[in-house]
Parts: sequence; C-alpha cells; structure tokens
Amino acid sequence: MDVLDIARWQFGITTVYHFLMVPLTLGLGMMVAIMQTRWVRTGDEKFLRMTKFWGKVYLINFIVGVATGLVQEFQFGMAWSEYSRFVGDVFGAPLAMEGLLAFFVESTFLGIWIFGWGRLRKGLHLAALWCAVIGSWISAFFIIVANSWMQHPVGVEMGADGRPVMTDVWAVLTNNTALAAYTHTVLGALVVAGMFLLGISWYHLWRRRHDGIDTVDETGRVVVGETDAAPGRDRTDHGVWIWSLRLGAVVAVLGFRGPAVSGDVRGKLMCGQHPMKRAAAEAACHTGSDFSVLSLGDPGSKDCGDVITLIAVPGALGFLGTGEWGADMPGIRDLETHYVDQYGKTIPDEAIYGDLAGSDVQYVPVMWVTYWGFRLMIGLGGVVALGGLVALWLTRKGTVPRSPWIMRLALLGIVAPFAANIAGWIFTELGRQPFVVAPNPTGVDGVYMFTAAAVSPGVTAGELLFSVITLSAVYGIMLVIELVLMVKYIRGGVAASMPELASRASDSDDDHPSGDHRDDVLAFAY
Amino acid sequence: MEPLPIVWFIAIAVLWTGYLLLEGFDLGVGMHMIFSTRSERDRRVMLNTIGPVWDGNEVWLITAGAAMFAAFPAWYAALFSTLYVPLTITLVGLIIRAVGIEYRGKLHTERWRTIWTWMIGLGSLIVAFCVGAALALTSTGLPLDANGDRVGGPFVWLTLPAVLGGLAVVGFALLHSATFLGLKADGPVRERAGRFAARWAPLCLAPAAAWAILVQIEHGGTPLAWTFIALAVVAAVAGWIAARARREGFAFLGFAGFGLFGVAAIFAGMFPLVLPSTVDAAFDLTVWNAANGPYTLGVMTVVAAVSLPVILLYQAWSYWIFRKRVTPGMIPEVHIVLPAVLRAR
Repeated sequence: MDVLDIARWQFGITTVYHFLMVPLTLGLGMMVAIMQTRWVRTGDEKFLRMTKFWGKVYLINFIVGVATGLVQEFQFGMAWSEYSRFVGDVFGAPLAMEGLLAFFVESTFLGIWIFGWGRLRKGLHLAALWCAVIGSWISAFFIIVANSWMQHPVGVEMGADGRPVMTDVWAVLTNNTALAAYTHTVLGALVVAGMFLLGISWYHLWRRRHDGIDTVDETGRVVVGETDAAPGRDRTDHGVWIWSLRLGAVVAVLGFRGPAVSGDVRGKLMCGQHPMKRAAAEAACHTGSDFSVLSLGDPGSKDCGDVITLIAVPGALGFLGTGEWGADMPGIRDLETHYVDQYGKTIPDEAIYGDLAGSDVQYVPVMWVTYWGFRLMIGLGGVVALGGLVALWLTRKGTVPRSPWIMRLALLGIVAPFAANIAGWIFTELGRQPFVVAPNPTGVDGVYMFTAAAVSPGVTAGELLFSVITLSAVYGIMLVIELVLMVKYIRGGVAASMPELASRASDSDDDHPSGDHRDDVLAFAY
Repeated sequence: MEPLPIVWFIAIAVLWTGYLLLEGFDLGVGMHMIFSTRSERDRRVMLNTIGPVWDGNEVWLITAGAAMFAAFPAWYAALFSTLYVPLTITLVGLIIRAVGIEYRGKLHTERWRTIWTWMIGLGSLIVAFCVGAALALTSTGLPLDANGDRVGGPFVWLTLPAVLGGLAVVGFALLHSATFLGLKADGPVRERAGRFAARWAPLCLAPAAAWAILVQIEHGGTPLAWTFIALAVVAAVAGWIAARARREGFAFLGFAGFGLFGVAAIFAGMFPLVLPSTVDAAFDLTVWNAANGPYTLGVMTVVAAVSLPVILLYQAWSYWIFRKRVTPGMIPEVHIVLPAVLRAR
C-alpha cells in the first residue's frame, strides 16, 4: 500500500469509529433532555429515574465520542497538509466556529449538568442540559457544513495563488447540500436513539416478566408487581421501561419518515451535483430511467456487461432523480466520458502527485460499495420503521411477550440504525472519489481537488502505518471497554445509576429513612 | 500592514494561554494522582476538584488548533504534518486520559481503578510534554522546505528545544496544579500540595523560563517581550514567597501570572514568525505569508469577538458554581453495580 491508501484507510477507520458514538450522543442527549423536562414539569418520579438511567448510559458513550473527535481535527493537518493548505481559507472557518460557538457550550454545560445534581435549582440544572444538547446539535451542523463544502463547494472564488478564497460565508453555511445532509444526519441520530431506547427497555420489561414480577391477566393486560429481591424492581420501575419503550418506538417510526424525505431531497441534489455518485449508487452502467431494485454480477467490473439487473422499476429512477417519471438519467459510461473531457484522463504530471502523476484517473467509485452501501442504508432504515410499529402493537397492553427470541430481536434492532448510518456515510464519502473536493457543476471553475493531491508530502508511509495501527488498537480496546460498561449499567437497571434507589431497597428494614444522610456528600463524584 | 493577521496571531496566543492556564492544572492533577498519594480517597478528592471543568478546559486546545487552521492554514498544515509522530502520541494521551477520568469511578474493583489512575496520569504527562514540545518547536523552528513540508525523517523534531518545551509544560502543570489543589481541596491533599509548591517551585519553572529566554536569544527579543519576561519573573518570585508562607490564593495567582506572562513573552518574541524554517530563512512561515485572506479573517474576527467574552463568562460561572473545596468527607462511597435480576431463591 502506498501513502495515499494508508492515509485514506486511516481517515476512514477513525471517522467511521467516531461516528459510532456521534449519533447516539446527538439522539440520546435530546431524549434525556426531554425526560428531565417532563420530570421538572410533572414531578413524576418515573421521569427522574429515566433521566438518571439514560443519562448515565449517555455519558458512558459521550466520552468516547469526545476523545475520538479530537483525532478528527488533528488529522487534516497531520495526514492531509496539502488539502489543508488548498482549502484553508474556507474549510478551517466552520471548524473554528464549531469550537467557539458550539463545543465550548456543550462541554462546559455538560460538566455543570453532571456535577450539578443537588447543587443547582431544578430549572437551572435542566437548562444546563439543554445548553449541552443544543451545543452538540450546533456542533454537528458546523461539521456537516465543512463536509458538505467538500461535496459541493460554494461561496468561493479562485484566488491569485490557485487556491479558493471564501467570498460568501452565508453561502457556505446555507449550502443546500449541508442543509439536506444535516437534516438527514440528525434525524438518523434520533432513529438511533429511538431503537436504543426500544431495545433496552424491551429487555427490562421482558426481565420483569421472566422474573415473575409482572404478570398478565386473562385479557393479556399487564398486572404490575414489585419485589425487594432485585435492585430497583418496584412498581415505578415498570413505568420507566414502558414509557421509554414507547418513546423510543415513536421516535424511531417518526424519525424514519424524516430521513426518507430528507434522503429524497439529497438524492435529487446528488443528481445535479454528483451524477457519478448517483449512477454508482444504482450500478447504472447505461443511460436510462429504470430504478434497479436488485442487480447481480460484478458492478465493480470494467465491463458493464457483467451487471445483470434482476428487478427494476421502469421509469422510477427518473422520478427519484428529477421528480419526473421516466426521465433519463445519465449512466456511468456516458458520465465517465464527460468527466474525462472536463477534468482530464490522467492525473496531472505535477510533483505533488508523486508516483501517481500521469496515471489514469478512476472516475468510477468502487461500485459494489456504493451500490450496496446505498441499499443497506435504505433497507435497514425501513426495517427500523417497521420494527418500531410492530413494537408499539405488541406492547399495547402494557408489557412485552415472554418470548426470549423477540427480546433478542429487539436488542439486535439497536444495531440496525447504526449500520444504516455507517453505510450511508461510506456511500457518500466513497462516492465523492477520486476527488477530495468534488467539482461543483454550477460553481467556480477549478475549485476541485483530487484526493491523490491532498495527502501530506512530507509524511512517510511508516508514520501513517504507525498511527493506523496505534489508533486502531486503542479504539478497539476502548470499544470493548465501553461495551462492557454499557452492558453492566444496562443490566443493572435504574438502581445502577441511582445509588439512593439501591440503598433504599437494602435498608428497607431501617426505621430512619433519612439515616446518616449528609448534605455535603456529592450527589455525583468521579 | 494589515491588522487582521496580527489580530489572529494575538487571538491564537490567547487561546493557547487559556489552554495552558486552565488545562494546565487538569494535567498536573492527573500526574499528581500517580505519585503524590497512595490513598484512594485522596485520589478521588484530586480528581473531583477538576471533575466538573476539565472537559470544558480541553476545548481551548481544540479551538486553538481549529483557529490555526482557520486563520493560518499554512502554519497548521506545516506544524501538524511535521509533528506527525508526536501528535499521534498526543492523541493517544488525550484519549486514555479523557476516558480514564470518566470511567475510573464506574466500577469498584481495585485493578480497574489502578489501571485508570495510570491512564489518567500517563495520559496527562504525554499531553503536557507533547503540547509543550510542539509549541517550543513552532517558536524555535523546524526543518521545512519551500512548500512547508518536512525535510528529514519522522524524528527530526526531537531536538533540545522540543525537550525543553516538553519539560516546561510538565513542570508548570505540576506546580500550577499544586496551587490549584491548595485552593480547591481540603485535608491531606491540600497539605501535600502546599508542601510541593513551596519546595519545588523553582525547579518546576526553570525549563519554562529557559524556553522563554531561548526564544528571545534566537529571534533578538523586543523590549515588549523582555518586559513580559521581567513580569513573569516577578510573578514567579511573588508566587514562591506566597507558597512558602502558605498564602494559597496569592501562590496560585503568582504562578498563574508566570504562565500568562511567559506565554506572552514567547509569542511576542517570535512575532511576526509563526513557524521558522531551520533550513532557510526564506522558507519561514510568518503571520503575513501563512494568513488567510481578509474576508475569512474578518468573518472569524466577528465570530471570536462575540463568542470569546461569552465563553469566559459561562466558564467563570461554572467555576463559581463548584467553588466549594472538595473534602474527603464529600466523596461518596463507590456504588457497586449489580444486575437487576432476581436471584434463584
């Protein structure tokens, strides 16, 4: 592997890993804020418990997201210094805005929230959480703005030194690609959180039935019970889980409608901005208007004859792309000719490209990845929406069926939206290749950059390999630790995150409930 | 002379100062957790003095990096790519430290806590050393060609100034955190921290002072820079006197003042250079040839001018909320997490 390949793997691995934590942070943070708001408004103990339990799980995940996010900012300069120089006038701004306008808010107020239990007035404490959550959502916006500029550069002119110069920050911030991608991303994050709530709550309701705490009457309606023999398993506990489950299911179902609509908007934008990505998503070798539901063969092969479309919806592709049924969409072969005319058949013979100078440019992305990535994203999204509806139906009488298999399926369902998110990102980032900054068909001429030119000229393959191996190893260990902790705290139920609840159960014989409770003991400490 | 590149040079100096002064004590507390005590309760007292604020403090680093990218992309690109190996190690340090702080108290076994104590301590040491080394190198120079790319192998950065800068931030963090613990903790931790500051202050500050003077010698220090150095020395001496008299507040202010004026002296001494080339002075990166265009700098100036005062305000508020000393009695027992499962009776 050469420097470019290692650098791309390095970026891909660290970014995909980071994005395992991000959607859960965005989505679950919003859920916890809603729960705490309900608690402050109603004073209902159930919502306090929900806030504590889901808040704890949120924090276990949050920190790994923060830690791996640092890598993102550093590695533009480390591995992609030519890219950083080329785009510096426009790309650094959203990153700095993220820090100044969002990340400070998020981190400072989250610290206040974590340690603020019992020290701040209820309303102020809640406000701190909202600040942190809104901060993380704004943070996501600036990152998407930066990424979308790579997909669709706007708001710039060509500078005297051959580098784009920002002329309109508003155009950069309201890039239509960014608005569509942001909507799509945050709604996808809500779906992640929804399925997370659903799966875990299902487990606890199932556990309560399995342990004989909850039973059902002859009509199938739940009879809520309680026990002292397991931590935190009182009557309120049932309310915590059924409420969380339904909230999760509703968010997952409604959330999916969002990505479906915003995905359609993105698809139409993609047709104008990235016709090649769109064609690769369909493995559409030839110009036409049929939407491929299933194609077999080797879509990555050079020869389009290898691709056999088994099922196709005539005319649907034109509709998805332009809103007009049966409109012709250009195929890969036609587009390739067009790209070669516009941007050259070979990589320019310049020093910056090293060994790659003069070699043929691959304008067609790795098609099996884009084709299946696109279908995986949409397919899993559909599964999630259906799963949410089924869950609402099965739990209409207040609890879950006793079947351990359905419970396992609900837990497995947590994985689906994560996978859909990752598949979507791999599709959209790989579909941008061979450009790191894709040319904007309606933008300023010359504002594009081949990925091959973006890598740091001074950095050796050995250094890149060192960081790929080191970071992958650290990330792998962190993932295991995060999962172990999550499982531990999830299995522990609410009592795991509310020590007062656990001690209430074990000290229930005591006559002095206030006991030796001291005011100055921290409600939470590391 | 355009004003905006100078404004951004100052802004980046401010961001790095904010980082070193705030995260400085977080990093130092992390290191003290390893060697200053053997008691688990003391370790938890230490960790909880920075608990509510460390994450917010770390954002100064992220923003300093992003501001370099947004204002001086040539500086950001040259420095970060040249220091590929040490920055990778820095990232590992940042990761193990952050995760350690959050996860250490989440399980109750002794082995779990010991592992994370070491991760927090080593992570803090790595971050302090590498950040110091990187800043020292940007003030004294790296072997760069005309394009701003590294001449030489992956370890050409490992020079005397790099080691000096690394030791400078490690030493400063150890001392700064000792006076911080003197203000924020109570009990044995406060005692030991007070003794540490009184005894080791000169040794802790010597590398930083040497670095600041080295910068002046290399770049022919200006009167402004020398003034800052004089102020730093005065602050350090005042801090040391206060530390020996166990006047905790003045000791903290004195050493913080040393940090503030020290960083100011280094940045004032290197201006208008941002990253000199040791290969050829013609390849030096300066505020003039590394800066972005006036439009981008103007936009960022507005954003920074609006947001920085607000950031200072709410960060100050967070310190105000958690202004009480952390005492050993305030530390709750570690909660043992059990599965919510009915045991077979």
